[in-house]
Amino acid sequence: MAHWQMLTLVGKDQPGIVAAVSAVLYKNNANLGEAAMQRLGANFTIMMMVDYAGSAEDLLSIVTPVAARFGLKEHVDVIEGRLHAHLQADVSISLYGADRAGIVASATERLAQAGLHILALHTDVAGTEEKPVFVMEISGHAAQGVEALREAVDDLDDLEIHIDPLQTMIG
Amino acid sequence: MAILDVLTYPDPLLKQVAAPVTEFDSSLARLAEDLEQTMRAGPGGVGIAAPQVGVLLRVVIVDVSSRPGIPNHGRLVLVNPEIQRWKGMVKGREGCLSVPDFIGTVIRAEHITLQAQDIHGGTQQYQMQGYEARAVQHEVDHLDGLLFLDRLVSRHHDLKPRQS
Repeated sequence: MAHWQMLTLVGKDQPGIVAAVSAVLYKNNANLGEAAMQRLGANFTIMMMVDYAGSAEDLLSIVTPVAARFGLKEHVDVIEGRLHAHLQADVSISLYGADRAGIVASATERLAQAGLHILALHTDVAGTEEKPVFVMEISGHAAQGVEALREAVDDLDDLEIHIDPLQTMIG
Repeated sequence: MAILDVLTYPDPLLKQVAAPVTEFDSSLARLAEDLEQTMRAGPGGVGIAAPQVGVLLRVVIVDVSSRPGIPNHGRLVLVNPEIQRWKGMVKGREGCLSVPDFIGTVIRAEHITLQAQDIHGGTQQYQMQGYEARAVQHEVDHLDGLLFLDRLVSRHHDLKPRQS
């Protein structure tokens, strides 16, 4: 039986982190499931599903030395694994506009009420320091259909929002 | 007719190049029927290639007519299919009966000119676009031992690196 734990590492980005962390996990009989690493600003962030028979404390003790070497903060949560429980995205949403506070809150609140289940979200602040442009990309499941999502954000006049069905070809 | 077992990666047969069909006989007709039934038994499948059921022959079935609002040629049995022209590039999401529980982003030609033989050996030519063209390209790849996993691209990045 698998013992899944979610390992989170955050800190200043530098080359070699993934290799060092995955090596120490492998040497200690931990197995990886799904993982997502992203550089956010100048920061390294990763969340990895780790199948490891020991306790969360044991997993932390394995990771702490390598995290310390790279100056990373580490965190472990015992989780339900649920591999092969993917939800299929059927809508893609992109949004951009002059940056202001509250874009994500106002857009996602409306979208949630119109049946959106967000499966992946990325945001970025592009443009320049003087004229920052906020960009958000979402993929998700539209339980009430795409048109309901379009109507829900229709009043957000200062934002350009594109909501399109996501087709998947299975062959 | 029978629903056949679909091979899943890493079955080595999925990485083999399939041989051209030379006999347009009753066993080919039976293979096409079985392939179609197997495709329709799978969840949401709009195409299948003979190597996916362990038959290394250049036969595929494509039928995207169940998807609303998509230009299509209906149910197609494509024997010895050959894509003769590719035009345009478009990213799209693909899954595969032989790679369960994974959806990936793949670049395909937006328009293709396809030549294929029908079940009786007659030569047909098709102009295809979009979703149907994607399905055909995915299935023809199976005949050459290629999976969509061999063509994955990041969904976040451009179709081509920008030329500076």
